[in-house]
Amino acid sequence: MTTTDLSPTAIQTPVSQTESDEALRYYSATQVQLIWWRFRKHRVAQAGALILITMALIGLFAEFLGPYTGTTRTSGVVLVGPQMPHFCNDDGCTLRPFLYGVKSERNPETLGMEVKIDTSVRRDIHFFVQGEPYKLLGFIDLQTHLFGVSEGSIHLFGTDSLGRDIFTRILLATRTSLSIGIIGVLIAFVLALIIGGAAGYFGGWIDYVIQRLTEIVRVVPVIPLYMGLAAAFPVEWSSSQVYFAMTLILAIVGWPTLARRIRGKLLSLRGEDYVVAATLSGAGPSRIIGRHLLPAFMSYIIVDLVISFPYMLLSETALSFVGLGLRPPTVSWGVLLQDAQTVRAIEQAPWLFIPAAFVVIAVLSFTVLGDGLRDAADPYQISE
Amino acid sequence: MTSTTNETINGPDLLDVKDLKISFKTDEGIITAVDGINFSVKRGQTLGIVGESGSGKSVSTWSIMRLLPKNSIIDKSSSIQFHRKDGKKVEITRLKPNGRELREIRGGEVALIFQEPMSSFSPVYTIGNQIIEAVLQHRNVSKDEAKEIAIDMLDKVGISNPRQRFKQFPFELSGGMRQRAMIAVALSMNPSLLIADEPTTSLDVTIQAQILKLMRDLQQDLGMAIIFITHNLGVIAQVADEVEVMYLGKILERGTAKEIIHRSQHPYTQALLKAIPQLDSTGERLTAISGDIPSPLSRPAGCPFHTRCEKVMPGICDVEMPNPTQLSDTHTVYCFLHEEKDV
Amino acid sequence: MSDTLLEIKDLKVHFPIRSKHLFGGVTKYVKAVDGVSFYIEKGETLGLVGESGSGKTTVGRSILRAIEPTEGQVTFNVDGKMLDLAQLTDKEMRTFRKHMQLIFQDPYSSLNPRMTVRDIIAEPLVAQELAKGKEVDERVRDAAALCKLNLEYLRRFPHAFSGGQRQRIGIARALISQPQFVVCDESVSALDVSIQAEILNLLMDLQAEFGFTYLFIAHDLSVVAHISKRVAVMYLGQFVELAPTKELFYAPKHPYTEALMSAIPEVDPDQEMTPVHLEGEIPSPINPPSGCRFHTRCPYVQDICKTEIPKWQEIEKEHFVGCHFANTLTLNGVEIPDTIAAAD
Repeated sequence: MTTTDLSPTAIQTPVSQTESDEALRYYSATQVQLIWWRFRKHRVAQAGALILITMALIGLFAEFLGPYTGTTRTSGVVLVGPQMPHFCNDDGCTLRPFLYGVKSERNPETLGMEVKIDTSVRRDIHFFVQGEPYKLLGFIDLQTHLFGVSEGSIHLFGTDSLGRDIFTRILLATRTSLSIGIIGVLIAFVLALIIGGAAGYFGGWIDYVIQRLTEIVRVVPVIPLYMGLAAAFPVEWSSSQVYFAMTLILAIVGWPTLARRIRGKLLSLRGEDYVVAATLSGAGPSRIIGRHLLPAFMSYIIVDLVISFPYMLLSETALSFVGLGLRPPTVSWGVLLQDAQTVRAIEQAPWLFIPAAFVVIAVLSFTVLGDGLRDAADPYQISE
Repeated sequence: MTSTTNETINGPDLLDVKDLKISFKTDEGIITAVDGINFSVKRGQTLGIVGESGSGKSVSTWSIMRLLPKNSIIDKSSSIQFHRKDGKKVEITRLKPNGRELREIRGGEVALIFQEPMSSFSPVYTIGNQIIEAVLQHRNVSKDEAKEIAIDMLDKVGISNPRQRFKQFPFELSGGMRQRAMIAVALSMNPSLLIADEPTTSLDVTIQAQILKLMRDLQQDLGMAIIFITHNLGVIAQVADEVEVMYLGKILERGTAKEIIHRSQHPYTQALLKAIPQLDSTGERLTAISGDIPSPLSRPAGCPFHTRCEKVMPGICDVEMPNPTQLSDTHTVYCFLHEEKDV
Repeated sequence: MSDTLLEIKDLKVHFPIRSKHLFGGVTKYVKAVDGVSFYIEKGETLGLVGESGSGKTTVGRSILRAIEPTEGQVTFNVDGKMLDLAQLTDKEMRTFRKHMQLIFQDPYSSLNPRMTVRDIIAEPLVAQELAKGKEVDERVRDAAALCKLNLEYLRRFPHAFSGGQRQRIGIARALISQPQFVVCDESVSALDVSIQAEILNLLMDLQAEFGFTYLFIAHDLSVVAHISKRVAVMYLGQFVELAPTKELFYAPKHPYTEALMSAIPEVDPDQEMTPVHLEGEIPSPINPPSGCRFHTRCPYVQDICKTEIPKWQEIEKEHFVGCHFANTLTLNGVEIPDTIAAAD
């Protein structure tokens, strides 16, 4: 067939009916657009996504948002409870928020130090104040903090037993915990993609060997494995070395599940008619993988990744909590919660539990986001 | 208009459907699947419903058992009257969903068989178990009697070695056997109406022929009425006494099988018949119906077929749905071509 | 034999079944296609009918080497020379694919939902680098126009279309590389009657215009009869009969063909169907019956059928049958319509 031998009757196209703009937009929508349109109907998942984005931003700009550094100790304010900013006192109301003064006194009866709030003192909160120097995003030298007080100190979530600001430390921990999850999931994903991909694409004995291997990894009990690996960290390792070792451990435990899913998806896709059609069109393996297989399961994989995040987060938190994971001075949610292990902490300083709330919120957000994405990820299902 | 009361098709009414309108709430909006149809089924007769995809042929009949998905809405003005075995008339649209009376009718008096027999069976129970279960639900018999009824039923639907098959699981049977078993389950409760929704579509022709014959024989034996839904005009011609032609939620023509096949008056029915490949026209072009079936989301106004009709009259067909024109006692057509002649 | 396009000799496709033991090897084979020989002439349509499990789809796919044949020869006429497809390396086969294409049954699963219609139709050109740049677009437009697709549709994705339109897209993809041979695997079975007629017309128009050769696989006998010049009937991995369409339908020589013909539901309430009753079910292709494979269900079975495999013989010109009693049995075909009877 060439262009010239088209008879005029052959070019006759069906009568095109006038279609609404909306319909046209739908017809030429890409996969991403379709997923997005369906995702937009998922309010809860969107809320989850919003929370997670906020958390990620908090993590990125932790030093700027927190009034102190993670290791700053304020003398005299050990185990101070959360301070709420006020707008009004006996003298009336102002637009500028302020704190009451804090005084530590020794209780004459118990002889313990007690924190007293002095409502007669008014400490104004200032914004964009100069404070301790830090590197924003690791390379911008800055001294400006979002807020601070000129006199005394400000501890929105209170302080710990060493007088460190919990608010600042939670912000820093958010970064550590989220990033360790992300890196862990990504390493696991790369491993899973290579291993599961090989099993699913080649099949045969390669598939058989890989399948058995993943089964072996999967039946190893997770907690002893974590503990064994974590205990193997040399004591002299720096906290950043431990950090990377942790991500590796999480990845090693996490990949088999992902690999199995990738394999299964690939196997079912390989038999799809349109993949056969591509083969029959003369497409080589690279084109089939790149053009047909990868795009088809990318959406599922993203969903899987999002869903496996909470496991990573919880594993890290659990390990650090029992002291096998990250070590101070690195702060993660798990490390912070270590302080809340004692009965004394529960009794006297319940605010040490605030990091747990962040863990719960993050895990919940990932879960609802994953659910929403899963529903949206296959935009071709209902229409068929 | 009144639903057709016809003299040549005998027997009292078993089912009267009036102004049935069913729509579905979906993300894309409200879809009207069935748009105000009327039909009736006589005792012991077979009503065939032909239609292509989107015609609403399944939806309209599944509503008789109130088996529609949750997002469906049956219009308030719709009426489905069923005459029960004890002589009582029941308005099915008013029954409580999952109420006792509906459950009694469902299965006990109206049974359903459909295209994929595999999904109608639980994979973890034997065929025999599932028939006994059904019998015990609707008949007042002991377990042993139920077993005898079940084996008897399997034998009746032409399953060889019923005592042995009785103990088999659904996956151990072939497609044809499963369809027979499903018919056995449906008929074991001695229903007065059997709804068969494309029961032979996924079967091979030789098996299809056997199942059609079986259904005809069983109908003569047991005397139940059948609503037979299919897209295959050949099958309809073989099984139906009366035929309804549906398109996009409307009935366009109704008549006896002979009237519909030999003397069809609606342009759609005529076009449909011409579109079937015939052996004696080998190699010739078929007379196709131009265009696509419109999406139920954007139903055309007026006669739903006007967008593809060769004899469309602009300004008439695309404005209003034509009224029924009675061509004979049994033959009704919904088309302006005939309405005008009447006037 | 210069006008033979394809010749298939003793084609066999056996699928291994692995045993469930950990290190167990292959113990059984599903003999999906078990010794099939036929030829297809240039520009003709050969119909292939059979019930599910007969192996008809496997025949089509193994000719295209979408499934590798276990045994047998598939030779393709390239400018007068017969080329054995089994001898081609994977790479050679890829470049040879432009000569043969497949139109699928399911218009939904056969189009990649993530590609635009233009990219789907262009796939054979791009994958085999048959055209570049503007030429691709031009040829896609031509192919789309031939299949009566609105050119505005090219930017859209498959989810915008109905089954009939999707099938047109699939056909445009199949014809864009200007193949000589096209396998239509149940290509109209999933479509509504009114749409099916249009697609059949389109296939016939394209054949008239470009001289395509079709292998038309379907279970619907009247559709096959309508489009095919000759029809082959398959049962349990083997051909039982192959004859010019009218001869096969009106004067079948194999009992299985007779049974098939008797089961066609006539679109005529006056003509009651009297199907030949076949005993039991189609046997398993893992352990096919000895002798004639149809003997377990054949109403005319004799002792010889159980032990001896019938020869595939040409009893009349172009009429092949595999039955011991092909010459002695009097079988009924479809009733000859008055129009044809009068003409004869």
